[in-house]
Amino acid sequence: MSNQLSTLERQPPMTRRDPAMAKRKPLGVRVYTRFRFVALAVVVLSLLAPLAWLVASSLKTNVDIYDASKTFFFVPTLENYANVLTRNNYFVFIFNSFWVASASTILSLILGVPAAYAMSRFTMHRSALVVLMARVIPGISLLVPWYYVFSNMKMVGGFTVLILSHMFVALPLIVYIMMSYFDSMPLELEESAQVDGLTPIGAFRRITLPLSVGGMATAGILSFIFSWNNFMFALVLSGSKTKTLPVAIFDFVSYASIDWGGLMAAATVVTVPIMVIALFTQKYIVSGMTAGATKG
Amino acid sequence: MSVSTSPRTVVRGTKKPQSFSDWANKHRKWLFAAPAMIFVGLLIVFPLVWTVYLSLTDSHGSVRAPSQFIGFANYLEVLSDTERFWPAAGRTAYFTITALVVEVVLGMMIALLLWRPFRGEKWVRVAILLPLVATPVAVGMMWRLIFDPNMGFANQMLGWFGIPAQPWLSGQSTALPTTIFMDIWQWTPMVVLILLAGLTSLSDEPDEAARMDGANAWQRFFFVTLPLMMPTVIVAILLRSIDALKTFDILYATKGKGGGSFHEVETLNIYAYGLSFDYNEYGLSSAVLMIFFFIIIGVMWMLTRRKKGSK
Repeated sequence: MSNQLSTLERQPPMTRRDPAMAKRKPLGVRVYTRFRFVALAVVVLSLLAPLAWLVASSLKTNVDIYDASKTFFFVPTLENYANVLTRNNYFVFIFNSFWVASASTILSLILGVPAAYAMSRFTMHRSALVVLMARVIPGISLLVPWYYVFSNMKMVGGFTVLILSHMFVALPLIVYIMMSYFDSMPLELEESAQVDGLTPIGAFRRITLPLSVGGMATAGILSFIFSWNNFMFALVLSGSKTKTLPVAIFDFVSYASIDWGGLMAAATVVTVPIMVIALFTQKYIVSGMTAGATKG
Repeated sequence: MSVSTSPRTVVRGTKKPQSFSDWANKHRKWLFAAPAMIFVGLLIVFPLVWTVYLSLTDSHGSVRAPSQFIGFANYLEVLSDTERFWPAAGRTAYFTITALVVEVVLGMMIALLLWRPFRGEKWVRVAILLPLVATPVAVGMMWRLIFDPNMGFANQMLGWFGIPAQPWLSGQSTALPTTIFMDIWQWTPMVVLILLAGLTSLSDEPDEAARMDGANAWQRFFFVTLPLMMPTVIVAILLRSIDALKTFDILYATKGKGGGSFHEVETLNIYAYGLSFDYNEYGLSSAVLMIFFFIIIGVMWMLTRRKKGSK
């Protein structure tokens, strides 16, 4: 337990040498350290156990899922995955999800990054508010008009309309994150670039953009995840050929009896890729989620 | 702005024949912002105006079918509907407030635990991140299995402690609390991340000063840390309440159309979705959505006003 003590507590030599001090202070710290260890263990367990349960169930046969004696000990099988991937055509849904998420993310970055730059540099607060409104509006109020207009244009069930609807989620997110990124970037860099002969747009393209790759990665990764996870728009606007993974999972339960093993395998197929991406891009996701939160 | 007074622009500006690049540089403010704003305008402002129009008509069956302008009759019908609308509004409030209170209190506790560096911090952060990025529909399915009354792990676990099995999602009174629990599981991590970012940006000095003055840990939290954290707490509440009010995925994934056969988890969002896409009552659903929209705007206005007041 002693190595769990914070460096702050261990470092000052005074606490170690002076017995009176060493007795009083570390006791409280040690109790807290122990309490913190237990509390955090509970937190981690309750966050991870359900996910572990999801993956474990996807590796069980349907008979084993109903068997209480096989809660923890069972013979893992990949049968559910084989069923889901081959018989239910999940490769198509995986491709659809991937294509819609990538396209909507890239297009939103192209539209959103310059817009965020202009809104940050020229403090266009009212324009920013219009874009950020998109975050607040209940999506359903847009779905009826969209459905009507796009079905008139024979676009419902196509990729274009799905990508457009996902851009509606991605664009405000990107503008929001990039605005706080540009706000924190010093003006002097651009100014000195212009003194050296670059036009304002040139300074944006050659100085500001390369420096904001981190911010764009943050915004891009988050908007990819949000698009990948999006359910409601795809539920209404996707057709049989453009169905994305969340809708495909939902279709699993519309039958009379639920194939639990298959459902859990499908749910694992949809969540695990995004979790793996999240693990490798953790730093970006955290900075995106907390963007603008500490400005007050 | 100081950018536009840079030497280059001034020199170029005096030349009469302007190239496209000069024009673009001069108007870059709107050149940059316009595409995004036009996109948002087409996809949001126009549908929103249409929703306002639809809410004043008796449009149903098909949006293409001719409809009558009936003024505020839809609003009157919705606001006097004690069978579906008001219970749905009540559930929305119950869901949002309960989830938010638990998430903020729990989130603050976890953020405080994570505040000072410790060994294994990396692993805790990973655990916090995973629920956050998990697909809500898949999360809903996962909890459906865990909360299954017959073979779910939740009841199995209660059995170990001798507690009788609960109906969870299939119970009329337990369904909504169960979905709130799911929301808490998935979104408390987001509150933790936001509050943790706030905590790490605090300076140590006020806390140290209070410690010098003999304040104990509780006093330092309630009289020093918490007041300093209030702006961040309000940002967390603001972001979470927007999403919690509009919760759709886990409710629809676990209980399906109409929020279950007794509308146990039917919130305003689920109700409006059902009116639009199951019953094709576009006029009525537009009225519900407009009222819902005003509720959201009202909540946001109240929260941002509090935020400004606390500065």
